[in-house]
Amino acid sequence: MATEILMPALSPTMEEGTLAKWLVKEGDTIESGMIIAEIETDKATMEFEAVDEGTMGKILVEEGTEGVKVNTAIAVLLEEGEDASAAEKAAADTPAPAADEAPNATEEAPAKAPATAAAPPPVSAGSDPDWPEGTEMKTQTVREALRDAMAEEMRRDDTVFLMGEEVAEYQGAYKISQGLLDEFGAKRVIDTPITEHGFAGIGVGAAFGGLKPIVEFMTFNFAMQAIDQIINSAAKTLYMSGGQMGAPMVFRGPNGAAARVGAQHSQDYAAWYAQVPGLKVVMPYTAADYKGLMKTAIRDPNPVIFLENEILYGRSFDVPVLDDFTIPFGKARIARQGSDVTLVSFGIGMTYAMEAAEKLAEDGVSAEVVDLRTLRPIDYDTVIASVMKTNRCVTIEEGWPVASIGNHLSATIMTRAFDYLDAPVVNCTGKDVPMPYAANLEKHALTSVPEVLEAVKQVTYR
Amino acid sequence: MAARKATAKSAAKPNVSPEDLMAYYRDMLLIRRFEEKAGQLYGMGLIGGFCHLYIGQEAVVVGLEAAAKDGDKRITTYRDHGHMLACGMDPKGVMAELTGRQDGYSHGKGGSMHMFSKATDFYGGHGIVGANVPLGAGLAFSDKYRGNDNVTFTYFGDGAANQGQVYETFNMAALWDLPVVFVIENNQYAMGTAQARSTSSADLHKRGEAFGIAGEIVDGMDVLAVKAAGDTAVEHCRAGKGPYILEVKTYRYRGHSMSDPAKYRTRDEVQKMRSERDAIEHVRTMLLGGGHASEEDLKAIDKEIKGVVNAAAEFAKESPEPALDELWTDIYAAEIPQENA
Repeated sequence: MATEILMPALSPTMEEGTLAKWLVKEGDTIESGMIIAEIETDKATMEFEAVDEGTMGKILVEEGTEGVKVNTAIAVLLEEGEDASAAEKAAADTPAPAADEAPNATEEAPAKAPATAAAPPPVSAGSDPDWPEGTEMKTQTVREALRDAMAEEMRRDDTVFLMGEEVAEYQGAYKISQGLLDEFGAKRVIDTPITEHGFAGIGVGAAFGGLKPIVEFMTFNFAMQAIDQIINSAAKTLYMSGGQMGAPMVFRGPNGAAARVGAQHSQDYAAWYAQVPGLKVVMPYTAADYKGLMKTAIRDPNPVIFLENEILYGRSFDVPVLDDFTIPFGKARIARQGSDVTLVSFGIGMTYAMEAAEKLAEDGVSAEVVDLRTLRPIDYDTVIASVMKTNRCVTIEEGWPVASIGNHLSATIMTRAFDYLDAPVVNCTGKDVPMPYAANLEKHALTSVPEVLEAVKQVTYR
Repeated sequence: MAARKATAKSAAKPNVSPEDLMAYYRDMLLIRRFEEKAGQLYGMGLIGGFCHLYIGQEAVVVGLEAAAKDGDKRITTYRDHGHMLACGMDPKGVMAELTGRQDGYSHGKGGSMHMFSKATDFYGGHGIVGANVPLGAGLAFSDKYRGNDNVTFTYFGDGAANQGQVYETFNMAALWDLPVVFVIENNQYAMGTAQARSTSSADLHKRGEAFGIAGEIVDGMDVLAVKAAGDTAVEHCRAGKGPYILEVKTYRYRGHSMSDPAKYRTRDEVQKMRSERDAIEHVRTMLLGGGHASEEDLKAIDKEIKGVVNAAAEFAKESPEPALDELWTDIYAAEIPQENA
């Protein structure tokens, strides 16, 4: 029987890829382990090995095709004795599934990233736009926006340098630093050994010495090895020295759950770092915010924790085409205006908030969505003003529930807008458990659009 | 990387002029008298919290500062008063920080363990054992990045030498040839734990061997031996050959901190070091024996130092407590602090 060769998932967060090159042609004999194609994932170009033996019957997806969904049939392999007609038949029987109908898009399919990784609804500009009306826009991924932000700042200031694991020759474990080594050289794009505590400390020392390091953690989970240097050395020295010296630097890397990487690689540190005076904490959602806030972070004379998200790296958004585009810290974005309920979120939490707001609109509920963007400082005024307007509030984040950002906002809203509240604030958070591996459990451990909808029901007494 | 011997003992003592010797005497004496006064003020309740005195270890910083030049940096742990005085910080500002007053180096917000001085390239004053070691390598990194020939003296104790981040730092400092002198002040006790009880191998100067870092053992009760070793280490670093380790054998006469009764060692042990190995007595004998100074000359210095220390103590008592507004300053910088030229 003819066997279909499916587009493989080659990274935890890969949903689609480019079939860069076929290394075999129809009629070739295929052996198990043979490299048959090159596939570009969101992170790298990978070689794709055959699992089964046989003859290449038909190539269904031409090389150079972009956006091929995971699990799409890309070729048909024939067993001994079968001829090309079997391949034709097999191909005709199973048309390449479209993205939305792909089997892995359902809840049950284990290979799929969480449903939260679905394409984001368009982001509408708030009432106070970050760039002038009529500015030319281009579509960019979060990954590209981050790289551009770093490159622009490195061109602007030669004391800015990047250090971390695999940032230079490997071009970044998540390809954020792609091309930076070529442009800036090994002096300014520095591969470190796997030694977070040590290189974080060296970065802080270099900042004491007047440089502006960008320290990349391959993920913030690994930064727990270095948290003493981040908090005791970077955050507190300006205070302890009576203002004489501090650490003008950025600690950055992916934070929170990716997709099925288990408990030790799936923690959201937003609330942890947001608690520390002396740090600034940024957790953007859109590519434009990633770019504008990263440039601000690099210029800021204080240590900045820049919490990225692996699932967002490959997402595309409109980014303004401006020579020098920055976004100030402490200014939330009204991502969607509304009047019935305020949804407050940040980072990847915004995917739930925006999707929920769409669904609520269909039901005639007008939700205002506030994207905090920075967690230290927090733009309390925008949140309070929105709550005073809608009288109801739901907060959304992927982190744990105890001492969460949502808890803190609830307390602040209670203090500053008690008389305006028509219902207690509800916090949608990740569950109070370490992150499980199983696909269904992981999804269950995160918050979800249905949870947000349920919370909105609760606060609107519907 | 150049061939690195594990124990390149700096045998030769430096050519030190009588004037230099006199200066070392003065500097060491200042530290001792200052620390004695700090102990006294602590007893009077004018200094609070943790206060770690440097008495007994004076030759280490004074000898190494004699090997330093302008632009060199230093960073240490919480037993830091001696380092600050030796690099030229004002005793008044240091003492006022100890008393938690407005005129202290950190306006009363740092205390004994956390003082800094950009003007003298003193980078603290760090309270977490071992944490200042990568910071010191980072300072050295900033000098190498800029392409100058400055060196960073990174001081830590025999206790800190067992922290993991020290070895992470050794690896990168050697890998990147950072101009850093790792000074292990081995006073033989990590708080109350004797070295033999905490450390599998006593030879801390060999701890860099696995990374190709040269190290040597130094008599820390002899300021001239320290100076000679410092010269060797600094020359190595300035020549671009990477880091260097000095294990300086020393001894603290007082407890780990003011609240430590030091029951883990005998009174006799301390007394023996004091009477037979004291670094200040050693220089005093050299000055007198060599005919470089008379008893009267040294008495005059003693008197002068006493005056400096008393003035510092008075200043530290008179300086006002920080204004309550000070609580809210220096949490965030408005702009990048400017590098001192």
